[in-house]
Amino acid sequence: MEPPSEHVHWMFATGFLVLAACLLAQAIVGDDVWNRSAWRRYFFPGFGFLMGLAMWPVAVFAGGTTIHLLAHFTWAQLMMLAGGAHLALARGKLQHRFWRLTMPVALGVSGLAFLGHEEHGWLYSRSALVHHICGWTLVVGALFPLGAAFRPRSNFFRLGFAATFIVLAIALFALRDSGPVLGNVPSTAHGDARR
Amino acid sequence: MLRPVQGALKRDHLDAPRSWRTAALAAIGPLIVLAGAVWALAEPERLPILDPDAQGFWSLAVEPPLLVLLAGVFFHRFIASGLIRDLYQSEET
Repeated sequence: MEPPSEHVHWMFATGFLVLAACLLAQAIVGDDVWNRSAWRRYFFPGFGFLMGLAMWPVAVFAGGTTIHLLAHFTWAQLMMLAGGAHLALARGKLQHRFWRLTMPVALGVSGLAFLGHEEHGWLYSRSALVHHICGWTLVVGALFPLGAAFRPRSNFFRLGFAATFIVLAIALFALRDSGPVLGNVPSTAHGDARR
Repeated sequence: MLRPVQGALKRDHLDAPRSWRTAALAAIGPLIVLAGAVWALAEPERLPILDPDAQGFWSLAVEPPLLVLLAGVFFHRFIASGLIRDLYQSEET
């Protein structure tokens, strides 16, 4: 009783939407207020870690080609690495600021994995279009946590990071397994456009 | 009126926002809920619950506009409300 591909994407979109709201809130109030509650301090990295954990069954049950499998395993590992490293940073177990680079690495590699495992062009199907948008959003969006690792108080980098997750959530919610690519633009896929 | 009932009816976050940060924070959750509601109205076909007999389990369990709505409620109830309280306290000190 595996969920269809589009439903899995929508569940992850919900997770990214919650994370985006948290990042936006943290950018608005600043670290001092955000970190007053331990639950909030651990929520963002902990939730990211759990999303990485949830990526494992997706990788196993989604099937598909070897490149699909590798891309999903890479996501799972990097999301867990970034989540775990930021949990340890929040707890104080890790001190060096270079551990913050795990987030841009996770985003950048996830973006490349999105682009790498999508073998079709942008207009092949809705799914292909969403994968291209997500891939490039993550590759470009990785620059924000990269900048934030060196300038943690910069509102530009914080808001950019939140905006990356908002775009990601919207794109993932727009994913459909079949139907037109966008509005009246038909899919270029021959026959069934299911992925 | 009985004191416990008075206490239960009293809402502790009806105060007007004291700063733009409080207002922005308080607006995030409702805006997400609003987006989900507008989406549900604009694309009712994305809500399989309106025709439950024709749908499978996953279609009924994972409905995008409802997920957006729930994400907004979750954020406002469990994150924003506590954050606004802490923001009030930090602004008072």
